[in-house]
Amino acid sequence: MKKKNFAALFLAGAMCFGFLAGCGGDTGSASDPVDSSQEVSDGGSQASGSGTAGGTFQIGFIGPLTGNNASYGTSALQGAQIAVNEINALGGDIQFEISFQDDVSDAETAVNAYNTLMDGGMQMLIGPVTTGPAISVAAETYADRVFAVTPSASSLDVIDGKDNYFQICFTDPNQGISAATYLSETLPDATVAVIYNNGDSYSTGIYEAFAEEYTALGGEIVYTGTFTEDSQTDFSVQLTGAQNAGADLIFAPIYYTPASVILTQGDAMGYDFTLFGCDGMDGILGVEGFDTSLAEGMLLLTPFSADLEENATFVDAYQEAYGSIPTQFAADGYDCVYTLYTALQQAGCTSDMTAEEICDAVIPVMTQIQVDGMTGVLSWAATGEVTKDFDVYVVENGAYVVA
Amino acid sequence: MKKQTKPASVKKPDGTLKRYFKNMKTATKVDYATYLGVILAFAVVMACQSAGLLNRQVTGMLVPICCYICMAVSLNLTVGILGELSLGHAGFMSVGAFSGIVASMSLGFTGAGDVVRLVAAIAIGAVVAAIAGVIVGVPVLRLRGDYLAIVTLAFGEIIKELINCLLVGFDENGLHIRFNYDGNSVMGDLGLTENGVEIIKGAQGAAGNEKLSTFVAGFVLVMITLIVVLNLVRSRTGRAVMAIRDNRIAAESVGINVTKYKLTAFVVSAALAGAAGGLYGLNFSSLASTTFDFNASILVLVYVVLGGLGNIWGSIVATVVLYALPEALRGFDDLRMLVYAIVLILVMLATHNERLRALLAKVLPRRKGAAVHG
Repeated sequence: MKKKNFAALFLAGAMCFGFLAGCGGDTGSASDPVDSSQEVSDGGSQASGSGTAGGTFQIGFIGPLTGNNASYGTSALQGAQIAVNEINALGGDIQFEISFQDDVSDAETAVNAYNTLMDGGMQMLIGPVTTGPAISVAAETYADRVFAVTPSASSLDVIDGKDNYFQICFTDPNQGISAATYLSETLPDATVAVIYNNGDSYSTGIYEAFAEEYTALGGEIVYTGTFTEDSQTDFSVQLTGAQNAGADLIFAPIYYTPASVILTQGDAMGYDFTLFGCDGMDGILGVEGFDTSLAEGMLLLTPFSADLEENATFVDAYQEAYGSIPTQFAADGYDCVYTLYTALQQAGCTSDMTAEEICDAVIPVMTQIQVDGMTGVLSWAATGEVTKDFDVYVVENGAYVVA
Repeated sequence: MKKQTKPASVKKPDGTLKRYFKNMKTATKVDYATYLGVILAFAVVMACQSAGLLNRQVTGMLVPICCYICMAVSLNLTVGILGELSLGHAGFMSVGAFSGIVASMSLGFTGAGDVVRLVAAIAIGAVVAAIAGVIVGVPVLRLRGDYLAIVTLAFGEIIKELINCLLVGFDENGLHIRFNYDGNSVMGDLGLTENGVEIIKGAQGAAGNEKLSTFVAGFVLVMITLIVVLNLVRSRTGRAVMAIRDNRIAAESVGINVTKYKLTAFVVSAALAGAAGGLYGLNFSSLASTTFDFNASILVLVYVVLGGLGNIWGSIVATVVLYALPEALRGFDDLRMLVYAIVLILVMLATHNERLRALLAKVLPRRKGAAVHG
């Protein structure tokens, strides 16, 4: 018995060392989960040091690559990777090398990840993807003077008081207000209920702005249902509440996974309603095991649509590399890289500049540049808030159509 | 004659010191060694830091490590010394962190200095967590069996939900608190004046708090925790607590007030966790209640169990190693947490393997005594 235990221990040890040996050389700077890009970025690095505005810039990426929110982080990283590949393939003066670190959507881990990237010589940062970690890391970048853009951390707290931190996505209040305006103008007869995640800052932020604006515009919210991450597998209580209150439109500023549950359960209850979501809803048609016919007629307010013709190059490249249709997170990640690219070009930065020098050079040009990205034409205010167009789409025959 | 007395008088203090150490109990020796080890580690880290030898990754982990050491040592008091399983230790940390942030930001509004704010945050965090400890402990510690585990588990979850519903702000008129029980209130309902600061925004947690925690503060907190816990354990109260753990009926029969001593140990443990939370909360610019979930409690419990139940220095070593491990494994990318799990299993197997223990005892014969008593 004891001998067996000892043998088991030895074998387990051997296995672990196998892991260590197998992965020891990998510093995380290359691209393990997104390996299709490796050759391109390696080939691109030959151009380093040439030209005035150019060289190979070290870009850091922080986002949840494991854990509950892994799908958002992975999408954003893959989108960013596509953009990096495109830029490097152009063979221009500016080349990018992207290193990524996982933050499990946790503020503490995100700061650790940021410190790791800084040790690795990062010059500019993309991320973090989720709000909580972004607030913590944004404070660090501000103290260190590192220029950063976030693909999808949409809370105002992220950019509040920081001149070096810019958002690619809309702020939460902005989305809430836009949704309220759209509803009261386009669908004044709708009886509106709201279901939101009160354990999530994205959802709560949009809800608060929406509720305030919609009430101010004379609308009435007949029912408000809340849920948290722990209870997002069952919405029967909220749906019954909304049904009893007579709502025919449910505004749900939530992510697409719980939204698919709402649609499925609403259908099972025989409750007929229109679901109205925000940019986090984009991706609902790709949820595994979800009957996409239930999403027919659903409205969503988003700056990105994979069905638009002008986005086809990106969508095709993404599909080829990762075998799925890019979500808004991927598009935001893509736009992040092009934002950095445009800003570096405009500011005439070279890769031998320190992170601090790049930061100081890039901040003033951020308010001047315009980036024609996947999520519209982006321009920025000095506060870090983005201005871009959004559209309300309706799902028809499994595709987004402008409503 | 004189020549003979002189060396004797020189040797005398040496002799007494030697005798003092010889007569000292092994447990006391281990305690002193623990203090000394922590102080040495602190000195080495400070020296390395001033010499610029530490990279950012290590520097960034110092304060969280101090917090988790306090958490592990204080949880060891409940789990190892008192012998009651607590699965909601992160709940106390959460209480301490959020009350600490409220204290610090309110004081910041009035223009208090950084050190005052940090100390106030830690102290108030400890007090509020102690109150929470009393509320949880009084009804539950009277019961026998695993009730504490179940109730503390629930406590941690309840705290998480309560903070999700809490709106707190501060302005000239003082503290504004609103409990958003139906999910319909927003920050605007607090009625803050223009100069007011929003402190806790429900589910969005606290954001915009200044980073005040320092490694020195962390070291001081670890030392305070150690002094409190080690002295408590070696005191009359500590002996009573351990007597209850070993045999409750025997302890009752000699007139030990079981509930009183259990509650003492539990509340001290909660207060120290609250203090650790206070320090932790001021180390990050944002803090959400979901940080302190069930997993966080289990994480600390893992530190305690792997360090050895009732073994204080073991908890410290285990915390440092296990906290640094996932960060050190960043090179593995996606396999990081898998490797971390494998290492945990290995450590578990290794520390409970008799052959390996015998081997260790042979290599380090002096550790044998310490291992038994520690």
